[in-house]
Amino acid sequence: MKFRESLSGGKKSNQTRENISGSVSSLEVHDLTVSYHRRPVLWDIDFEMPEGKLVAIVGPNGAGKSTLIKAIMGLVPPASGYVKIFGQSLEDARPRVGYVPQRNSVDWDFPTNVLDVVLMGRYRRIGLFRRPRAADRDVATDALRQVGIADLAKRQISQLSGGQQQRVFIARALAQDVDLYLMDEPFVGVDAATEGAIIELLREMRRRGKTVVVVHHDLGTVRDYFDWVLLLNLRLVAFGPLEEVFTDTLLQQTYGGRLNILTEVGELMKKQDRGRELR
Amino acid sequence: MNDSLFDFLVLRDLSTRTVVIGSMLLGIGSAAIGCFALLRKRALVGDAVAHSVLPGIAIAFLIVGSKDPLALMVGAVVTGWFSMIAMDYIVRNSRIREDAAIGLALSVFFGLGILLLTHIQHTGAANQSGLDKFLFGQAASLLARDVAVFGSVSLILLLVLIVTFKELKVVSFDPDFTRAIGFPARFLELLLTTLLVVAVVAGIQAVGVVLMAAMLITPAAAARYWTERLGVMILLASLFGILSGYVGAFISYLEPHMPTGPWIVVVASFIFFVSLLSAPKRGVIAQLLRRRKNVRVTLEENILKTMHRMGEADREMQDPRSISEIQNYRSIPAAVLQRGLLRLASEGYLTSQPNKKWSLTTQGVVEGARITRLHRLWEVYLTEYVRIAPDHVHDDAESIEHVLTPELEVELQRLLQRPAIDPHQQTIPYR
Repeated sequence: MKFRESLSGGKKSNQTRENISGSVSSLEVHDLTVSYHRRPVLWDIDFEMPEGKLVAIVGPNGAGKSTLIKAIMGLVPPASGYVKIFGQSLEDARPRVGYVPQRNSVDWDFPTNVLDVVLMGRYRRIGLFRRPRAADRDVATDALRQVGIADLAKRQISQLSGGQQQRVFIARALAQDVDLYLMDEPFVGVDAATEGAIIELLREMRRRGKTVVVVHHDLGTVRDYFDWVLLLNLRLVAFGPLEEVFTDTLLQQTYGGRLNILTEVGELMKKQDRGRELR
Repeated sequence: MNDSLFDFLVLRDLSTRTVVIGSMLLGIGSAAIGCFALLRKRALVGDAVAHSVLPGIAIAFLIVGSKDPLALMVGAVVTGWFSMIAMDYIVRNSRIREDAAIGLALSVFFGLGILLLTHIQHTGAANQSGLDKFLFGQAASLLARDVAVFGSVSLILLLVLIVTFKELKVVSFDPDFTRAIGFPARFLELLLTTLLVVAVVAGIQAVGVVLMAAMLITPAAAARYWTERLGVMILLASLFGILSGYVGAFISYLEPHMPTGPWIVVVASFIFFVSLLSAPKRGVIAQLLRRRKNVRVTLEENILKTMHRMGEADREMQDPRSISEIQNYRSIPAAVLQRGLLRLASEGYLTSQPNKKWSLTTQGVVEGARITRLHRLWEVYLTEYVRIAPDHVHDDAESIEHVLTPELEVELQRLLQRPAIDPHQQTIPYR
């Protein structure tokens, strides 16, 4: 790895604010709480993420992993708390963040082709109500080449395999050319070859100083793929370098089978909201 | 008859011209915007909006006291738009799901509209006659000023679609991503909503509130069958809308007591059915043909595989085999088998021999070996990687062998490291 944490302090510091400890934060989340129908699904999430890391968000089903990155992107409104990206507010930092939604969150039978979807990654730079230029097409084509499906540029998206769909989404994010990427389950339902290609690409992005945050469900590959880990189960269980955080004790805490207090209180608030008796 | 037909075609008569051009224009906007409603799975919302414009028309009449098209249109837009806001609000702020919210909005607003119309009829206002035509539409009563107003609305709508095409496309395909890149997704969705309401209002004069949903969805659904590109889909849907308007007006011109609106919808539905059946890729007929072809290929591959196995058994790959000999190995009805053999011979995999026998050509041996290889490779894969008992893998391999691509075969061979035998101790024939 080119940039060790100790070296990364001076990198890009002309653009970004440094925090108290002297290292650069790509992402700060402060006391973030998110509720759904008044039931809290994320409690007081608070962390600071250094730049240039490959970070896994890990936790059981329903732990709020997708909700966390959606809240960071402003796609679900927080009940409280705020987010800073490269020291800026979300709206100011949007040109520097890319978001890769879950593959099945869109209708792949939509009438369009692969290149057009990847071009959407250029839309922000192109601006509202303007047409893409040849240069944008070049960037999109290059992104397709990087994910290894340049030959599918004109293919209808309805004819892609699951792995190819995921590559298209990653290519769209690459075409955005940003510094922080948030990806929701990019390894779900993809073939082994695609998984290998994607992780290679993510490592390459890290080499270029990008920060990549990935919602990940496969505990077996966390050790191989990532260097930082965020353990989540409604609350933040732990966040830090892999070797400190990805331990049996902390994993036990994250995946502990019994209902924890937070889930119980969440259920109670749901009942209260529906006007039922609490007991 | 021929004279009147000619008169119609050249639109000689002013009132005919008004009706025909009006019917054509009114369908464009709704067909174009209907594409987005269809792709965003909001088809029923269009129906609810169409029903919800009725109270607006009645209220506008009560206020203005005349059937001024602009006033009626404003009233219609207001209640149509309000119904969409109501549906959106219900879904967001209660546990009522979207289908129930649509049903609620549709029945409440439509009921209110009928109530007001009945009230107006009982007031006996002299100029109110014809207001109930908004229920089923009456293109024949279109006046030049109606056509001018609603026609220009349709054109403005198309212009907005062209200017905001890129934005409407991304928000329809992936709303979360649209918000993530900082585009005003809420505004764009509101714009789509507004355009939908306006399109409904423009088209209602021709087909009426009850049938309006058909003009939104039917041309769009028909267009979807023919293309995989959004721009082309919108263009086609608009053309279908125009065509429906033209033919609908034509039919009601030939038979004056025939209502125009319902005929426009019938024509649109006809276009839809033709598309459903005969579109090249997505059409039902094309799908049936593809399925039949698959059945045929499967049969042919099974015959070649069977003859290859017979060759393995007696070590004479190209010996002539009779139909009954083949049937001893695999039960295929004689007539079906006969047809398959004939086709394979014409494709060069078999040659016909004396005494109604058939033998594999070199090409046939290669193809038979390929199917056998895929079958056995898949059996090895299932037992080694999916841990299925060897006596349970045959049936699965029977279907998988026909779909494995050359790339997957390479992958399987690499993964399994070119196994020599399958789980039933049979040799796997490699090239």
